[in-house]
Amino acid sequence: MSRHTLSVLVENRPGVLARVSSLFSRRGFNIDSLAVGQTEHPDISRMTIVVNVEELPLEQVTKQLNKLVNVLKIVELDPSQSVQRELMLIKVRADAETRSHVLELVQLFRARCVDVAAEAVTIEVTGTPDKLEAFIKVLEPFGIKEMVQSGMVAIGRGARSITDRSLRALDRSA
Amino acid sequence: MTERMTGAQSLVRALEHVGVDTVFGIPGGAILPAYDPLYDSTKVRHVLVRHEQGAGHAAEGYAQATGRVGVCMATSGPGATNLVTPIADAHMDSVPIVAITGQVASAAIGTDAFQEADISGITMPITKHNFLVTDPAEIPRTIAEAFHIASSGRPGPVLVDIAKDALQATTVFEWPPTLQLPGYRPVTRPHSKQIREAARLIVEASRPVLYVGGGVHKARASAELRTLAELTGIPVITTLMARGTFPDSHPLHLGMPGMHGSVAAVGALQRADLIIALGARFDDRVTGQLASFAPHAKVIHADIDPAEISKNRHADVPIVGDCREVLVDLAAAVKHEHNEGRRGDYDEWWALVGGYRSTYPLGFDEFADGSLAPQYVMERLSKLVGPDAYYVAGVGQHQMWAAQFIGYENPGSFINSGGLGTMGFAVPAAMGAKMGKPDATVWAIDGDGCFQMTNQELATCAIEGVPIKVAVINNGNLGMVRQWQTLFYDQRYSNTDLQTARRIPDFVKLAEAYGCVGLRCERPEDVDATIAKAMEINDVPVVVDFVVHQDAMVWPMVAAGTSNDDIKYARDMAPIWDSEE
Repeated sequence: MSRHTLSVLVENRPGVLARVSSLFSRRGFNIDSLAVGQTEHPDISRMTIVVNVEELPLEQVTKQLNKLVNVLKIVELDPSQSVQRELMLIKVRADAETRSHVLELVQLFRARCVDVAAEAVTIEVTGTPDKLEAFIKVLEPFGIKEMVQSGMVAIGRGARSITDRSLRALDRSA
Repeated sequence: MTERMTGAQSLVRALEHVGVDTVFGIPGGAILPAYDPLYDSTKVRHVLVRHEQGAGHAAEGYAQATGRVGVCMATSGPGATNLVTPIADAHMDSVPIVAITGQVASAAIGTDAFQEADISGITMPITKHNFLVTDPAEIPRTIAEAFHIASSGRPGPVLVDIAKDALQATTVFEWPPTLQLPGYRPVTRPHSKQIREAARLIVEASRPVLYVGGGVHKARASAELRTLAELTGIPVITTLMARGTFPDSHPLHLGMPGMHGSVAAVGALQRADLIIALGARFDDRVTGQLASFAPHAKVIHADIDPAEISKNRHADVPIVGDCREVLVDLAAAVKHEHNEGRRGDYDEWWALVGGYRSTYPLGFDEFADGSLAPQYVMERLSKLVGPDAYYVAGVGQHQMWAAQFIGYENPGSFINSGGLGTMGFAVPAAMGAKMGKPDATVWAIDGDGCFQMTNQELATCAIEGVPIKVAVINNGNLGMVRQWQTLFYDQRYSNTDLQTARRIPDFVKLAEAYGCVGLRCERPEDVDATIAKAMEINDVPVVVDFVVHQDAMVWPMVAAGTSNDDIKYARDMAPIWDSEE
């Protein structure tokens, strides 16, 4: 099994997320992470889906996704040719004694402290899944009270855009 | 063209504009506004069925007989959920239907209102696409899009769920609408490089087979298939969904593949060095155990749905396209190879598979006690009714016998539920087929189990003047399940005896109660006269109760999950494969 990052451009309509996610479950494919949001075009949403599958099932996933009428385009992003990021908010136990240690780690990981209370601090950190995992590991000894993580978002490096051609298709049909 | 009217009027107008002449349905609260303008339509005939499942299968039968989109209509909640089975059936067999359902008023959606069901959510995995319409202005465009999606590319069911307030509101009807489907672009034109590669494999092969599926008839490509087959001399096998696509009487035809296929067709696939799959999907009922399926074959796989290619079996030459265009291009490319002096030599291959065909023809045993063999009924129907009729089967033993023992010469003349295997398909689907082709003879071939699931549509047939004929192959049991119990469950017949032998119900009386003619036939010597009598009656539906022996079994058979190599042509009788190799 290997991880693949798919960027899926879809029409911004109600129910599209349900169509995509239910397709994954009924065809027996597991989603590691899914993030969805607007693009530079208000009629197009972009989903970043990370799946853990072999090469052949991946081809089947892509073909089945392409059959959904609201799906405009699917691109697999190569990790070396793209920027991939997750966002995490972590609430860590930190009192007067340990707070400076925690803040030191925040600096080392180029994270940000977004809330401070007497017994805890809340930290915002972005990065690749590897970096976030490493950050969690160093904070664990202090006591993680709560954490929340976004799905991964990714974009290709360089000047080319994957939305250009889909926009033209939208314009033609309008 | 723009005009002010209600959403309901605009729905009916849109249906008229896309060419709908028949709608099968049942009204109810949420769809009621639509039924008022429908009452006035001179172009659209609404057929009031007795159960929404009947409406859905009727739409399927209509679509398969005519090649046009079948339409069914139901109200919200239970009306809509009763359509789920036919929608799933149409999805599996790629039948173009549009289902129109009423939904509770948009303000009530999500409140668990009376007769509310999230039918677009429920049917998401079993439709090609579906819509929930809450804005009356979107009704005409949505209907146009639904018909376009249902009928183009790989056909399939589309559901349009319309909120009651959208039907009641005043809106502006505009026609023609502009379709807004930027993500829907089916590929019909095959890639020329793939076609050339396929032609090269065809002339280089020594043991090729044309594996023909339902997609060839859906592309209306029977003539083009025949051209390619005769040009190359390659043996043809037709799947359950393709019976009739290539004439059964043609010398190149080896029969049906699969679990109950002919020894010749199954054996040819297993020994082939090249399979040319056309509009077929390597279904488990065809391949048997996938790992041992056609172990020596390279595969050319042409289908309009790219997701079918290499889904179950790796394709060496994938071709995405409409089967008619594929067949035309492929014939031209093969001709080019022939002109260059490259031509396949299949003589040895024909000696082998022709030997299978003559050594292991379809057959059956008569019963010593003089009772009726179901296969004999099929043979006589085929002989006396002929190939110009439509035969519509349910699911089970009778379906397999209908596929095996009736000679099909015309594309689309066998209509049945293949992928989903829906018992109860036959009667309503035959009604739909007869309404689509009123001048044709339509025989439903049903089992006594299937028949008891949907025979209420006989009332519809009698009242609406749809004189179908129904052959109930009555063995008193859920026959196919009983066959498996005989073979794999030590003859422990758990819950398969329907006791129809006790005449509960009496199918002749049942037919009469529904305003049909009921006939009964219990002995082989009466079969011809009974069929002749049924054929003479053309003003009302006819039901024939063919009481057959319960021990008749469907052969040949590849047991589920086993290899095609282990096919038996009768109980414990395996063919000898390599006598001529």
